Amino acid sequence: MCLAVPGKIIDIYETNGMKMGKIDFGGVVREACLEYVPEAQVGNYTIIHVGFALNLLSEQEAQEILSVLREIANVDDEIGSESA
Amino acid sequence: MKYTLEYRDARLVSNVIARINKLVEEYDRPLVLMEICGGQTHAIMRYGIDQLLPSQIELVHGPGCPVCVTSLELVDKALAIASIPGVIFTSYGDMLRVPGSGQDLNTVRAQGGDVRVVYSPLDAVKIAQQNPDKQVVFFGIGFETTAPANAMSILQAKALGLTNYSMLVSHVRVPPAIRAILSSPNNRVQGFLAAGHVCTVMGYWEYPPIADKFGVPIVVTGFEPLDLVQGILMATQQIVQGKHNVENAYARVVTFDGNKPAQSVISQVFMDCDRKWRGIGMIPASGWCLRPEFSIFDAEARFSVEQIQPEESPLCIAGLILQGTQKPPDCPAFGSYCTPENPLGATMVSSEGACSAYYRYTGRSVVNEPVTVS
Repeated sequence: MCLAVPGKIIDIYETNGMKMGKIDFGGVVREACLEYVPEAQVGNYTIIHVGFALNLLSEQEAQEILSVLREIANVDDEIGSESA
Repeated sequence: MKYTLEYRDARLVSNVIARINKLVEEYDRPLVLMEICGGQTHAIMRYGIDQLLPSQIELVHGPGCPVCVTSLELVDKALAIASIPGVIFTSYGDMLRVPGSGQDLNTVRAQGGDVRVVYSPLDAVKIAQQNPDKQVVFFGIGFETTAPANAMSILQAKALGLTNYSMLVSHVRVPPAIRAILSSPNNRVQGFLAAGHVCTVMGYWEYPPIADKFGVPIVVTGFEPLDLVQGILMATQQIVQGKHNVENAYARVVTFDGNKPAQSVISQVFMDCDRKWRGIGMIPASGWCLRPEFSIFDAEARFSVEQIQPEESPLCIAGLILQGTQKPPDCPAFGSYCTPENPLGATMVSSEGACSAYYRYTGRSVVNEPVTVS
């Protein structure tokens, strides 16, 4: 139930007074309500749950954690190959 | 950046697992963590993360499956309302196979009831607009994640002046459930992986008082393999070091404050109420119900469906599983009398239920011999 899927906002418009958008999930496009992300712009990534954007995704945070984990893995690989 | 594939990198996952192994090397006690969300349970079983962890670390599965914890009384009410001629009963798909006392929503549909699966509550509002001569009822189940959507459908129905839309509300909340689990004399949980998408909406400002009071670490955790092992690593690290802080392992999505516009609409439409959880019982102030000013959208008030006497299967131990004191293979009916095709309890039905996760991903290796039913 609490499944939420990341997708890219490719269009923003209004329906019945609500901010709506088209979201591209790696090729599959669906409509979602963007009322809860008023700052959303075309090109942003968002996370969608039952047809609603719950938040915008932070690319900076995403890159930071991945680069830390990659760095640790690289260092471990180096240590591993040195001690082998 | 796709925000999914990057977090399924086997090399990074094994590296984090190696760090977890190293952490517990000198920690000679067992370590019990609970992932709150059923979506996390399924991801753990699907990717075999429980098999990769050191044997000292036990993952127990929490109550974060709204389909599983929706009370039998409410499921029976849904069945009664869905059977009324002139009603179009709309629901998220997972609810259709959840057994009530006698039948499920699929059976009501087979008997002629107009039961429809919707992707979003706004679809239910649309159905109400298109069918002014019918009563359209939406089964509003869910945790905090789903509340913004359900609340918006009420505001939308009001704005459109719809008098034929109502909601059978069964909202539940995570923090009271964590408190109830930690207050139980049988509790074994030493650390929590908080549900990432619940926190996307609510933030995690509600958790520090819980971590402080009960002395347990709480780590906001996502749903991809790398998110899950990272959450497990951070919680394990805290337990080994004797700490009990609230940390965020899902920072690309979750902020401390959460989504303020969503919280504002939730509190405009819903208010706290006591809620009965299936298999667990009443937890005070653990749910949301409609505020009095929106009571005209309350399906329980609109349709008189009293005199319901719910009857749970005597074999089902879903309540103990949802509280983390038992696991699916501990149940005598698991895989024999209770299967996804013929479920006795909601945990075997849902795409988030712990029993269905075990059945689907561990095969029949853990299936019990059929018990004798007298």
